[in-house]
Amino acid sequence: MRPPVQRRERAGGERVRARVLIRPKAGILDPQGEAVERALPALGFAGVGNVHVGRLIELDVEDPEQLQPMCEKLLANPLVEDYEIELLDGSA
Amino acid sequence: MKFGVLQFPGSCDEVDALEAARRVGDAELIWHAERDLGGADAIVVPGGFSYGDYLRAGAIARFSPAMESVIAFARDGGLVLGICNGFQVLCEAHLLPGALLPNANLRFTFRQLELEVLYGGGPFTKACALGERLSIPAKHAWGRYYADSDTLAVMDRSGQIVLRYAPGQNFNGSLHDIAGVCNEAGNVFGMMPHPEHAVDELIGGSADGLKIFESMRLTIEGAVV
Repeated sequence: MRPPVQRRERAGGERVRARVLIRPKAGILDPQGEAVERALPALGFAGVGNVHVGRLIELDVEDPEQLQPMCEKLLANPLVEDYEIELLDGSA
Repeated sequence: MKFGVLQFPGSCDEVDALEAARRVGDAELIWHAERDLGGADAIVVPGGFSYGDYLRAGAIARFSPAMESVIAFARDGGLVLGICNGFQVLCEAHLLPGALLPNANLRFTFRQLELEVLYGGGPFTKACALGERLSIPAKHAWGRYYADSDTLAVMDRSGQIVLRYAPGQNFNGSLHDIAGVCNEAGNVFGMMPHPEHAVDELIGGSADGLKIFESMRLTIEGAVV
């Protein structure tokens, strides 16, 4: 059986796999998080709190320095969302 | 006067906006890939789901070539009206303060609403009296207006909160019941409800939406004299 295809591309320079986590800013009403928090006990999962729903964006970039401006300009809306940039180990 | 109505892939209210504008002046569509606004005196950014609402509503449309021209037009004092998705686009473009978030009830909701005019006599409310009620429908899933408390305080003081949902009408959870806001200069205005769907009593049950377009005409033609 063949291993899963690696999404990293080699053409046009070495790229680094990055992950951007975007979540609603604290204090802003998060109705999705609240809905999930209400649904869990209904399914028998007790003792769950502080649920928030955000987004995950994965991308390969040649210049990781560009990730922050990308987040500020497009990937997140800094007015209402916090973001966290994670560089995955490029040695794979 | 001439209105230019933008059209993005995924717009769906541009024809109603065009027809509404044509009741008070000339109007033509501007495809999103155009940079030339065709000599329009005022711009309408219409409702719909530009670019599929991918990422966040309005986030991608804001970078279209036509929007670059609209941003320059607005910075030069040109009148720009954003309706629903258009309002989201104008917020993403930083032409208006704040952001629009998913409705508190998480549902796409369509209903006829009563709105209160908090700021009559402005460029988009010249044809309305202060405190007047307008009956205009809204239909959206991302209409919860949010701005931080400092911004809201400044907006309140400077008359930027132009339209408010009447008591009991705020179905989306907008802060301060905000339905429509303008920028500090007053020449850019966004509202979640759809004035272009309320221009004929025969089909909309109300023609109150026409007052927004008529106000824009009065502003433009008043400026010429």
